Amino acid sequence: MNIDYSAQEQRFREEVRTWIAEAYDTELREMMVQSKNGFLDKEGQRRWQKKLHARGWAAPDWPAEHGGPGWTPTQRYLFQAEIAAAGCPPISPMGIKMVAPVIMRFGSDAQKARFLPPTLASDIFWCQGYSEPGSGSDLSSLQMKAERDGEHYVLNGSKIWTTHAQWADWMFCLVRTSRDGRKQAGISFLLVDMTTPGISIDSLPLLDGPMPGEQEVNQVFFEDVRVPVDNLIGEEGQGWACAKYLLEFERGNAYGPSLRYQLDKVRQIAAKQPADDGGRLLDDADFRRRLLELEIQVEAVNAAELRIFSGISSGTSIGAASSMIKLAGTETKQLISELAVEAVGPQGWPFIRDTWAEVQGRATEPRPGPDYAGALLPRYFNYRKTSIYGGTSEIQRNIIAKQVLGL
Amino acid sequence: MDFQFSDEQQMLRDMLERYLDEQYAFDKRMAAVTSAPGWRPECWQAFASELGILAAALPESLGGLGGSATEHLIVMEAFGRALVLEPYLSTVVLGGGLLARIGGDIAARIASGIASGDVRIAWAQSETQSRYCLHDIQTRARRDGDSYVLSGHKTVVLGAPWATHLLVSVRTAGERLDREGISLLLVDRNTVGIRTQDCPTVDGGRAAEVWFDDVRIPTAALLGTQDHGLELLEPVFDEVVVALCAEAVGVMRKMLADTVAYAKERTQFGVPIASFQALQHRMVDMHLHIEQASALTWLAAMKLDASPRERSMAASAAKVRIGKALRAVGQGAVQIHGGMGIAEELAVGHYFRRATVIEQQFGSVDHHVRRYDALAGEVCHEY
Repeated sequence: MNIDYSAQEQRFREEVRTWIAEAYDTELREMMVQSKNGFLDKEGQRRWQKKLHARGWAAPDWPAEHGGPGWTPTQRYLFQAEIAAAGCPPISPMGIKMVAPVIMRFGSDAQKARFLPPTLASDIFWCQGYSEPGSGSDLSSLQMKAERDGEHYVLNGSKIWTTHAQWADWMFCLVRTSRDGRKQAGISFLLVDMTTPGISIDSLPLLDGPMPGEQEVNQVFFEDVRVPVDNLIGEEGQGWACAKYLLEFERGNAYGPSLRYQLDKVRQIAAKQPADDGGRLLDDADFRRRLLELEIQVEAVNAAELRIFSGISSGTSIGAASSMIKLAGTETKQLISELAVEAVGPQGWPFIRDTWAEVQGRATEPRPGPDYAGALLPRYFNYRKTSIYGGTSEIQRNIIAKQVLGL
Repeated sequence: MDFQFSDEQQMLRDMLERYLDEQYAFDKRMAAVTSAPGWRPECWQAFASELGILAAALPESLGGLGGSATEHLIVMEAFGRALVLEPYLSTVVLGGGLLARIGGDIAARIASGIASGDVRIAWAQSETQSRYCLHDIQTRARRDGDSYVLSGHKTVVLGAPWATHLLVSVRTAGERLDREGISLLLVDRNTVGIRTQDCPTVDGGRAAEVWFDDVRIPTAALLGTQDHGLELLEPVFDEVVVALCAEAVGVMRKMLADTVAYAKERTQFGVPIASFQALQHRMVDMHLHIEQASALTWLAAMKLDASPRERSMAASAAKVRIGKALRAVGQGAVQIHGGMGIAEELAVGHYFRRATVIEQQFGSVDHHVRRYDALAGEVCHEY
């Protein structure tokens, strides 16, 4: 049992830290702090990902043959930890983390050549067409039709909760190509060019109150959309296997480092917020106690993750432990956002729609209240999604009950 | 022991709910929220004339109908159920409550304006250095002849953009945290020298930053006795807290009702999600939160004319229990609604945002536990 990193690993960590300090510029940093939903805008995301790409670090999980940096699991973890500790922007996951592994595993050589390099370079922005209005937790009940017509599939139906569809060049889409047999067996994995005629997008603003064009999710409608059969990944009817592969491929997104960063932000806010007795909220006994208990909870989540990741060798998946990581990580993330709301109190009530106005030079009058206040309640509202997306907390508990406890 | 409404009180509730079901349907409220003014004067006028609720809880001595805290419970719960924006709480409960205690000409004049719908009051209490302490006041009022000269900054003044008057807590003597030396001034919103910056609030309302740059206010604006404003305020503050708790009950009952209805209708895996035991248990827990929190609120309403210690302990206990219920019910409602729970287009998310604000309004759970503790101190010394 050993919690020390080797000298080599420590040098690697230093190297990452140094690069971040140079590359993570003030404007991007300030935009992240002021982000109401945890994302940058499209241009900011692209800029950040291009910097990583230039350094060769855009896709830590990719095999070297497709442009990955060839890191050990520990290096991947350390990289992620340094990125999180600096509050760096999240990588848009749809391209690099979701569709790319599927293309690598199930795609033809032509498809790999066509899609992987521009995905790595963030020259293609992807969105994910999975959920439908009638198919959320029960995803395999999806209905969107893809009917074969010569060398095309004709798509009719609708996808919902589509993250950043309004920015996307391409969508990877689960479609129903057959109604025979089990519902999973009729699903195919199709790549759709978002400029294809017949596609329309409706913004679905969430409770964080986004600026027009900055909404996180959308509903996408397909009316007689013609998609070349060349865009089918794998075989017809193999779509569900592609989707499940992604779950198995999951190497583990660690929540611990980013939870520490977020809790530290609450600490900073509490140091500036007044308490009832005229002192600092950070020194208020009740608040301090709850902050420290949450700190301990964050350390527990972090330790549990470290134990899981250190136990896997390169190439194996973490299996059902990913459910526990997602469940614990998201619920703790929500608790931190709640503590931030308590810390800011009434100064968090004014609603600022354009929280990037100052950093982007558009502000016409000073904000009411402290500069850190504007993003806190919107983030709390937005983060209620974390126990719903990627498999609800209820679904994750079911998986753990069945696969871990054998119930 | 009686937790029942009288026939007249039931009629008040039914009449109010009927009006709100129509005029405050979700889409109409959204239109008001996104409009430039952010409220509807015609609704306020209906509260005054058609429904007579603005006068219902004012004492007869001030031209009201002589109602009590119970009328406030009924009105505020109905307002919570509909997410009403207009400033009943600060105008009728706070303003009316203070005026009922001081009496005299100013009280009669303003109360008549409240009843007619011509007066709307916003409470300018919080400052940038304060949290929930009522006597953390640095806005100064210097006596100069027959005027006070005000200087200072009040922050997040709820309803200020719609107000005709600001109820301003000022310091006329002493230092920042002193309980003595606070005065309450009822200031005409259009007084020369008052500067404001309006903004929307996350729960659909409006607020303002208010700056007083050497503003001259007639001394007639003083409510009660100079330097003794906190004593006047404290019993009314408990009434305001209890009324806010009642609004919270309305918000929570609606969130639970919407959640139950949604769970029965939404199917996944071939069955309504209401059939999943985990969700059923969560909805039951939400129900229990509401039952306990609302009962403690009604108890607090009944103790408003008990001894100050009993009254304040009951009000703080209610706010604590309501605060915990708001978080559990709000989060449960959103979770069970799935993605729809966090989408702007559905009502439940709007109730959740209002619930989040109420939880901290007039004091967080921590604040009220401490207040309860400070009052309970005497009891503990007996052991």
